Amino acid sequence: MNKKNKSVVSYNKWGYIFLLPFLITFIVFQLIPLLSTIKNSFYEHYMSGLTEVGPNWVGIANYKKLFSDGDIWKYMENTMIMWIMGFVPQIVVSLLLAFWFSDPSMRLKGQRFFKTVIYMPNLIMASAFAMLFFTLFADSGPINSMLVSMGILKEPFKFMNSVTSVRVLVASMNFLMWFGNTTILLLAGMMGISSSLYEAAEVDGANSTQVFWRITMPLLRPILIYVMITSLIGGLQMFDVPQILTNGKGDPMRTSMTLIMFLNNHLYSKNYGMGGALSVFLFVVTGVLSFIIFKFSGNEDKYGKK
Amino acid sequence: MQVNMIEEKQKGGIRTRRTIAYIVLILFSILCLFWFYVLLINATRTHGDLGRGFTAIPSTHLIENLTNLFHGTIPVLQGMLNSVIVSVCTAALCVYFSAMTAYAIHAYEFKLKQFLFMFILAIMMIPTQVTALGFLQLIDKLHMMDSFVPLIVPAIASPVVFFYMKQYMDGALPLELLEAARIDGAGEIRIFNTIVIPLMVPAMAVQAIFSFVSSWNNYFTPALVLKSDTKKTLPILIALLRGADFLKFDMGQVYAMIAFSIFPVIIVYLILSKYIVGGLAAGSVKG
Amino acid sequence: MKKRLLALSMAMIMVAGSLSACNKETETTSTSTGSTTETAATTDTTATGTTDNTATGTTDTTAVAASDEGSVLNIYVWNEEFKSRLEDHYPGYEKVDATTGKIGDVTVNFIITPTDDNAYQNNLDEALLKQANAAADDKVDIFLIEADYALKYVDTPYTMSVADLGISASELADQYKYTQDVMTDANGVLKGVSWQGCPAGLIYNRAIATEVLGTDDPAEVQKAVADWATFNETAVKVADAGYLMTATVNDSYRVYSNNVTSKWVDGTTINIDPNLVNWVNDSKAMVDAGQTTTAALWSDDWSKGFFEDAAQPVFCYFGPAWFFDFCMHGGEDTAIATNGGWAITEGPQGFFWGGTWIAAADGTDNPTLVADIMRTMTADDAVMKEIAEVDGDFVNNRSVVDELAADASFGDSILGGQNYLSVLASGADSIDLSNLSAYDQGCNEEFQGAMKNYFDGNATYDEALEQFYKAVEEKYPELSH
Repeated sequence: MNKKNKSVVSYNKWGYIFLLPFLITFIVFQLIPLLSTIKNSFYEHYMSGLTEVGPNWVGIANYKKLFSDGDIWKYMENTMIMWIMGFVPQIVVSLLLAFWFSDPSMRLKGQRFFKTVIYMPNLIMASAFAMLFFTLFADSGPINSMLVSMGILKEPFKFMNSVTSVRVLVASMNFLMWFGNTTILLLAGMMGISSSLYEAAEVDGANSTQVFWRITMPLLRPILIYVMITSLIGGLQMFDVPQILTNGKGDPMRTSMTLIMFLNNHLYSKNYGMGGALSVFLFVVTGVLSFIIFKFSGNEDKYGKK
Repeated sequence: MQVNMIEEKQKGGIRTRRTIAYIVLILFSILCLFWFYVLLINATRTHGDLGRGFTAIPSTHLIENLTNLFHGTIPVLQGMLNSVIVSVCTAALCVYFSAMTAYAIHAYEFKLKQFLFMFILAIMMIPTQVTALGFLQLIDKLHMMDSFVPLIVPAIASPVVFFYMKQYMDGALPLELLEAARIDGAGEIRIFNTIVIPLMVPAMAVQAIFSFVSSWNNYFTPALVLKSDTKKTLPILIALLRGADFLKFDMGQVYAMIAFSIFPVIIVYLILSKYIVGGLAAGSVKG
Repeated sequence: MKKRLLALSMAMIMVAGSLSACNKETETTSTSTGSTTETAATTDTTATGTTDNTATGTTDTTAVAASDEGSVLNIYVWNEEFKSRLEDHYPGYEKVDATTGKIGDVTVNFIITPTDDNAYQNNLDEALLKQANAAADDKVDIFLIEADYALKYVDTPYTMSVADLGISASELADQYKYTQDVMTDANGVLKGVSWQGCPAGLIYNRAIATEVLGTDDPAEVQKAVADWATFNETAVKVADAGYLMTATVNDSYRVYSNNVTSKWVDGTTINIDPNLVNWVNDSKAMVDAGQTTTAALWSDDWSKGFFEDAAQPVFCYFGPAWFFDFCMHGGEDTAIATNGGWAITEGPQGFFWGGTWIAAADGTDNPTLVADIMRTMTADDAVMKEIAEVDGDFVNNRSVVDELAADASFGDSILGGQNYLSVLASGADSIDLSNLSAYDQGCNEEFQGAMKNYFDGNATYDEALEQFYKAVEEKYPELSH
């Protein structure tokens, strides 16, 4: 008993050793910038042309300003709406595809091809992707002329002028770029599930729906949580697609302006103060939402004391 | 007889499901490949053609665009090399050290473990855009401007990748295996490198692709850090092409450059994806 | 006001500091500051003004200066335009590789940063702010700027006065006044020069002009677009015939914004000039009447009008000389330009579009060379003519432009052989840019962006205006409305 404890202690110090590279890198390249971000949020500090204004201590004035006109909640709402519009179809499609791929009874041919192809949109730079979307959905672009010549539309639809269509475009670009990624992640998780479980289920006469809900989903939970949290974080940080598609304006009337696009506006003048306050807000929001997902999925005891 | 009928019915059900699956997969594949097709088509068109909107038929100017690109003043090949160096190193460091960090949390018991784990999860939520300002100030103070180091080394601390590795280890790395190795007298570093890493290959390959691609396509940080022409990566060079003055501005070249810079990513991706499929198969046998 | 005074005194300190830190050459310039008469005597373009005081009697001062001054010349730019002009036209410039060259013993270094995401200005700002402490070879010597944000740099001590470099006003007398307005600071000091002017005009479709107005003669068409009232009347006729007057509302924006009577910002208060309100009202009416669209400049929808197969042909575009080759697809199958289907006239108001200005960074360790580059590239008649002929720039030199304008053979096939120089040159003289502000870039961009919502019917004018204020105040936290 005593002896065993001793050896446990002696190798557990390796926990710290293995954590060192991460911690050192993190402290140098992220923690220091982060702390200065938090500190900055309490100062008035920006560039007016080439003149530096501040830093002047202003207490919580930046936060007050941030919440005073309520716009931030609007941007938050935009972000969440566009994220959900992209994420829900994404998770459904990804689960379905991953399930098909991993289901041995399907014996799908050309799996390798399909698996390879669905991730590929992610290889294209978001800016190039947005350029293509722009061309396709232009007022006189091919989508419009197709719809008009097929008689579906009487005159070209201005995709960039309507709240819904801009949001749908953003969501579908995000969907296209990320559903392959999600599928690969889920598939990696599903492949980790022992095939003997599936075989056993097959012998018991379970149909594929039952297999999916009784075996796949519960065992997939860690990866699913990972996907949801990272996608949520990625969603809250949604930036380049709407930024490029709307030329940074978030048109119409900022209904497609996301939180990070808003943040980006403050970077123009290197506004450390407002930018800092906004990122602290983002930090808190992401933390709260992730915590809710964690709790909701009943995963908390797993990370409790072992 | 009855058994046969059920089997027949099941077979029929699977056949329909399989057909549906194929149709859906083919549709999605078309949707995914379409963009590459458009990019390729555009790369074959002249600046003038491109101004007239989209067509589905390739033109004949690909060689011309590429020749212009390579004979222009933009160091395309150097840029490619830079991108390869930065992205490969980023992916390698990111994957290896994230696995190591995840392993530290997964396999050992120590006082600060719970705190550190929650801490890393918390920092996952920091948006990169704002720390970028502080990051730049720091890089400047450390005299690391115009160097690849600030683009590569920070990848060691990638909370998101760490989180994935940790989740994966929970399912794929039983602690008993480590005990067994220790009884055999293996050292901790050796255990990590020879037992843990091979088990983590599928997860590592997946994350290697992700981090390689995001590093390859990253414009934001490199544009702020890299100054000299010989260090610039492909996305910056594309931005340079797009910002060319009116005498030199040529969308044909821009698209040729985009197509050219996607090419290596596709190759890396195809190589690694092969690895994933293999790795996944091996993983599933072990269960 | 207090802030301004502080900034000014700071500026003085910084200038004094950087000068004392510099070598003898620049010290002499500080003594000659203000006494332009002294330097005005230097009219010889090859002589170097700054060394004039110290090296009296020495005829060949360039070599002396070069050996005394820094060995690296750093030029900050966002594209290759200036580099190729320098390579092609500056005597003694040797190209080493894509971004470096040699002038005598001095290595010329181009630091090219793209403009995307404001990266160019961010990079330049950072370098300028460190200028005082930078090693001689790392100092910014020359940087290039555009009109929309010129005053951000011009109104600071980071930019050197052209007179302090030893370039006299008389040497630059042939340049168009507006190109100097852009680079003149609040105290009337000229801080930079340009080799090109970009005066622009109204480029119209000859076929539509003939059909709707009965003539395609520039002088006659001008009568139909002489001011905004007649322009709008013509727009009705053009629309009745089934055409668009302009491709988008953004086409005419620059014409209005170049003719404002007040600045975007008064102190720290945002100000909307009446002429911009006119743009909004005229544009809204035109959009509602189907005479134009709200497409973005450069978009596919915008450039459709350059082709014969456009669903709705476009009567006119607004543009300068570079517009012909760059935008109009001359030589292509169905392009209107291929058959010379366009012509140019002055339009309702004079304006300019584009251009690049050369500024010297304060603290440069190569003032002599910098001055010589400025002189050669922007004030040397022979070089100017060469640039006009080889590169097709509308050069910033009256005598060269007038000479070419009188030359009947100097026509453009896109315009059916019309010599556009006299039209543009007359426009160049009428441009008044005394109402520029350091905030123009952000304000112009955000104003057009916000008003698009009004034109599209997604917001009322007041809502759109409110959004404009919001966006500008995000970009420039010091401003309010």
